[in-house]
Amino acid sequence: MSRILVGPFNRVEGDLEVSLDIAGTQVRSAQVNSPLFRGFEQILQGKPALDALVYTPRICGICSVSQSVASAWALADAMQLTPPPNGDRCISLVLANENLADLLTHFYLFFMPDFAREVYCNESWFGPVQQRFKAIQGDAAREVLPARAEFLHMMGLLAGKWPHSLSIQPGGTAKPVQAQERLRLLAILAGFRRFLETRLFGADLDFISALDSEAALRNFADQGDWRSSDLRTFIYLSDQLQLETLGNGCDNFMSYGSYRIEGTRQFSPGVRRRGGPVQSLDSALIREDLSHSWMLQGGQPQHPSNGVTEPSLDNPDGYSWCKAPRLGGEVVETGALARQFINGHPLVVDLVERSGGNVRNRMLARLLELALVVPMMQRWVKEIDLKGVFCHHGRLPDVASGVGMMEAARGSLGHWVSVRGGRIENYQVIAPTTWNFSPRDHNGVPGALEQALAGTPVRAGEQEPVAVQHIVRSFDPCMVCTVH
Amino acid sequence: MNLLWLQSAGCGGCTMSLLNAEGPDLITTLEAAGIQLLWHPSLSEQTGSEVLTLLNALVAGEIALDILCVEGSMLRGPNGTGRFHVMGGTDVPMIDWVQQLAARARYTVAVGTCAAYGGISAAGANITEATGLQYEGEISGGLLGDEYRSDAGERVINVAGCPTHPNWVTEALIELALGEFSAERVDEFGRPRNYADHLVHHGCSRNEFYEYKASAEQPGDQGCMMENMGCLGTQAHADCNIRPWNGEGSCTRGGYACINCTAPEFEEPRRSFTETPKVAGIPVGLPTDMPKAWFVALASLSKAATPERLKRNATSENLIYPPTIHPHKKG
Repeated sequence: MSRILVGPFNRVEGDLEVSLDIAGTQVRSAQVNSPLFRGFEQILQGKPALDALVYTPRICGICSVSQSVASAWALADAMQLTPPPNGDRCISLVLANENLADLLTHFYLFFMPDFAREVYCNESWFGPVQQRFKAIQGDAAREVLPARAEFLHMMGLLAGKWPHSLSIQPGGTAKPVQAQERLRLLAILAGFRRFLETRLFGADLDFISALDSEAALRNFADQGDWRSSDLRTFIYLSDQLQLETLGNGCDNFMSYGSYRIEGTRQFSPGVRRRGGPVQSLDSALIREDLSHSWMLQGGQPQHPSNGVTEPSLDNPDGYSWCKAPRLGGEVVETGALARQFINGHPLVVDLVERSGGNVRNRMLARLLELALVVPMMQRWVKEIDLKGVFCHHGRLPDVASGVGMMEAARGSLGHWVSVRGGRIENYQVIAPTTWNFSPRDHNGVPGALEQALAGTPVRAGEQEPVAVQHIVRSFDPCMVCTVH
Repeated sequence: MNLLWLQSAGCGGCTMSLLNAEGPDLITTLEAAGIQLLWHPSLSEQTGSEVLTLLNALVAGEIALDILCVEGSMLRGPNGTGRFHVMGGTDVPMIDWVQQLAARARYTVAVGTCAAYGGISAAGANITEATGLQYEGEISGGLLGDEYRSDAGERVINVAGCPTHPNWVTEALIELALGEFSAERVDEFGRPRNYADHLVHHGCSRNEFYEYKASAEQPGDQGCMMENMGCLGTQAHADCNIRPWNGEGSCTRGGYACINCTAPEFEEPRRSFTETPKVAGIPVGLPTDMPKAWFVALASLSKAATPERLKRNATSENLIYPPTIHPHKKG
């Protein structure tokens, strides 16, 4: 048996190191290390409570709005404040803008360039794939960067700028929409929709959203050349490389539910244990285990409302700054695949029932969300009432606590805050990749990625096994959120 | 020119913002400037040992390092070991990598307020001992020390901002690539004068409200945010309202206060970010270069002269009182 250390592991957000024990031609076990600790939970202690809206988005430059929304909802919970209908729509639009830009960036800039690596140079498909997806040099990046930048003009209109906006408030948005801005939003969305339909999908978004089974997806793929759209290219590569056999995970899925409009989350929340039905989520069952983290040892795993973050390199079992969150003691996977499975989208349900969580299905769920959410955004813009209010106002009680749970692009994000004398007494964050890339817990059970890496094939002489790279990036990790 | 980009204790937001570069896009901009990306953590193919081979060749001087860009603050903790960020795969603290590479770089660029001065990562008790490359807050020094000079004889160039505007970064890089950079092109805190010689107040769309001290009172109001909402736009060095963000935006256009994110120590305002401290009803903190007595006199005068239109619109989310139309007098 041998051990290899892969790092710096790039085309993820932030720094990452993966340690692999190799037996023969397979990964026997993996340890995932989040090598950066910044200490946001300490920074926030003692700050004026509403200043969390300045600090928390800066946890992450790629999930900045998600952090803002979780923070605003936690404060709104403490203030007993609900946004007006316009506020819900504007916040959902800003959040969707960030999430979809993330899904797009991940597919084109982070994930696909691995198929243009030299390791595949003898494959029949290599030429066109390299031409389109080669890192920095491929044609796709030059099309995607302008499309992404133009799509993010919605941020200029709705949030001032991205990343790091302060427009998202506990009671709604600080940026009311004017008539001409509403029209501009519709124009931007139409332009982005056109890019997706012509380049990414090669089909109308409504058609993609209505695909209801793996068979229907295959039928779509067979109706055109594999080079005719990027989705068809991905499906073709997936078949060639059997990506549905790579990175099978724990298959316990969790989603907090996303895009809250007038009290209803448009993608429903829930949890599902491997092979079981979707059930309601009991967030009281969340605990953070510190047994393999570089954290002060001694206590029992805590619910985040009582969570403690005391970094310490003295733990002999520690190998990551990341804590190990568990739901009812179990590892769960979170992200677009989990979200659409919990939401009951028939294509994702069929894919998971046939082959579970894996590299292909995680990617397909992300692309599906691009098709599902753009039409929702178009509807929300049309529903903005220009004469209505955009923000409700309230006072924060001197002593209060609150919870903000929402879905970032990468999965479930929660903020837990307690306030005393108007200042933050404790603030705890559990990010999507904290769940997915957690280290082992006190029972020695590996985290979701660590489980998904066991059994991965390794080619002779590989230093950075390409299959490992596909699997790690299929989770779209955000390492700066993970530890914060 | 060769460019290496490293990230440490930041959020990656300056890179995400840089990808918003338009007219032309980032890849075209760099290519046109003759800048070759040796490695960037978000964009490059190389991972793991492929990167380490490159970094070792750069440290050994086998490959020229023309521009070293560092994003994120430098963590010296715990206890000076730097182990709060050990670069993945290397068992070497990031601060050691940066020191070795900065010693080879022709120019060293701090991208973002974290890398420049410590920034958000240095807030609070700063248990990670976060600092900027050549400043710790307003004090020259930081990780590399006051005496540090790059191979071209320059101090660290501080493209500060939280995050940075994509053009602030690309213009600094183009200036370096053209060989037009000199020490006169940055201000006292090392920020490129390309953007730092302006104030956020310049071009603010709320200027008419400012002129008459017609002030916003809560988030969403249209009025000037200086009097009540903590806005530092009249003191903050940046051109955010002259050339906006993401097409048509800026913080003040987005409905919230400028928090002076291009300045050292902005992360610790010693008050709430979104409330203006006052003494005897007068806001503390004057517009830059404004004599206090004149400001107070002019403010009270203009407040007395505030038109009804501005008074009413200032505390409303919606425009309730459009500007009056005055037809030409006929006959």
